Amino acid sequence: MSQKQEEENPAEETGEEKQDTQEKEGMLPERAEEAKLKAKYPSLGQKPGGSDFLMKRLQKGVRGTISSEPKGALGMRSVEQKYFDSGDYNMAKAKMKNKQLPSAGPDKNLVTGDHIPTPQDLPQRKSSLVTSKLAG
Amino acid sequence: MAGAGGGGCPAGGNDLQWCFSQVKGAVDEDVAEADVISTVEFSHSGDLLATGDKGGRVVIFQREQENKSRPHSRGEYNVYSTFQSHEPEFDYLKSLEIEEKINKIRWLPQQGAARFLLSTNDKTIKLWKISERDKRAEGYNLKDEDGRLRDPLRITALRVPILKPMDLMVEASPRRIFANAHTYHINSISVNSDHETYLSADDLRINLWHLEITDRSFNIVDIKPANMEELTEVITAAEFHPHQCNVLVYSSSKGTIRLCDMRSSALCDRHSKFFEEPEDPSSRSFFSEIISSVSDVKFSHSGRYMMTRDYLSVKVWDLNMESRPVETHQVHEYLRSKLCSLYENDCIFDKFECCWNGSDSAIMTGSYNNFFRMFDRTTWRDVTLEASRENSKPRASLKPRRVCAGGKRKKDEVSVDSLDFSKKILHTAWHPVENIIAVAATNNLYIFQDKAN
Repeated sequence: MSQKQEEENPAEETGEEKQDTQEKEGMLPERAEEAKLKAKYPSLGQKPGGSDFLMKRLQKGVRGTISSEPKGALGMRSVEQKYFDSGDYNMAKAKMKNKQLPSAGPDKNLVTGDHIPTPQDLPQRKSSLVTSKLAG
Repeated sequence: MAGAGGGGCPAGGNDLQWCFSQVKGAVDEDVAEADVISTVEFSHSGDLLATGDKGGRVVIFQREQENKSRPHSRGEYNVYSTFQSHEPEFDYLKSLEIEEKINKIRWLPQQGAARFLLSTNDKTIKLWKISERDKRAEGYNLKDEDGRLRDPLRITALRVPILKPMDLMVEASPRRIFANAHTYHINSISVNSDHETYLSADDLRINLWHLEITDRSFNIVDIKPANMEELTEVITAAEFHPHQCNVLVYSSSKGTIRLCDMRSSALCDRHSKFFEEPEDPSSRSFFSEIISSVSDVKFSHSGRYMMTRDYLSVKVWDLNMESRPVETHQVHEYLRSKLCSLYENDCIFDKFECCWNGSDSAIMTGSYNNFFRMFDRTTWRDVTLEASRENSKPRASLKPRRVCAGGKRKKDEVSVDSLDFSKKILHTAWHPVENIIAVAATNNLYIFQDKAN
């Protein structure tokens, strides 16, 4: 019986318990999808519910650079938090007075302090003072 | 077990036939982020329908009084009031952007002429008063009709101002602002049956507020571990029991629901009941925990049952039985073989809501491709319907839709691969008494009614 299982379900591990056929068919798609995902992202951890992934969920809204690592279980890419320091900013501005201000280029994975955000770097603060189209 | 693809029979008791009633919102191809509807809620009597959007705005619709000369015509919902509830903020200390998106709206039961609702974004809850003004005082002594002050030396007689009717004006004003009580993002608010208190829940904590008091709240649930490295689950939704003011439930990202009794202790970290469906350990995969995460929990109107929504199904639980749900309804089981791509495009993290009808005999939840699903708990029939402008002639019947999971696609069926995953119905609401439903499809609000009415 276990041999038959291996033939029919190459994606599953060997040595599995005998299963009801209906359960097997229900489980197969999920396991096959898991295999697909692991083939694309070999570095994904075994336990999706680990604290790393939940921490990323809690960090939603944090401004900073987005890592290019694969996502965690709760859908968040890790964010390297950047803090705005007005002292650093003013010092950098003073230094730049004699040169041109650096243009707001794409964010790189820089350590805090190396890259001083300028007002041009900050994302535009939007405000929705327009009436909702539902009320139109 | 209910079927996965949807049948040809209408759902709801007495063979309901759902018909298009109204659609609100723009027809633009390019949807502005701010216009995406993020919450829909009927008031307790159903005469008002509130929506919140990602732009922090609230729009309230009111049902028109039925026309007595045409008793069979149904009352339509028209705009009653609209206001900016929340604005975008920035927490400089934590370098955190605070979205203005309205996460939830909950109505307070009506007590006077004015209407009250609570609206919340990630961090701040606001109590709004919506009141009508249809009279204006005229004949002031100290100012003239334009509002300009009169010269006091010219006033030779006193008169009593009289009230004159005016065009109805609906005003919304923030009466309370409940701020600075949540470190993490608020996912739920729930008004207690005592009409005096309400709860707000974020990822790790639940707070109890008094509606009159804004400068303090009580923390009643705290699941934050001492060491954040040990974090294994977060709170995903919370609700007060509809009748027992001491009982609340909260759901988790691990698919469990805890019921807490506030009489047992001030801090409800220890649950009174723990609801979890046992899982077959051999069927566990990388996706198991993600798809088991409960995105919504709702008590039935009776208070005897509660319903939970996870990624692929809706479950009904009897509060007296913690070991497993009494009903499981498959919403879109055909997605189980698409989990890899749904993970890559983030759809696996979509948070669908669910709702009961007024008599608790039917439940409804959304899906993709602007489809939504209804399950009749008495006849055990289910149906898949679509919110689309193509079928938007007044009182046009909605045709049941079918999704073809694999193999030969029949005529009129939609294949899984052609489903539009950007058209998701996350928010739906059912009128508290009648068979009227509101379905939010991205930036459009659809209202459907039962033909029989």
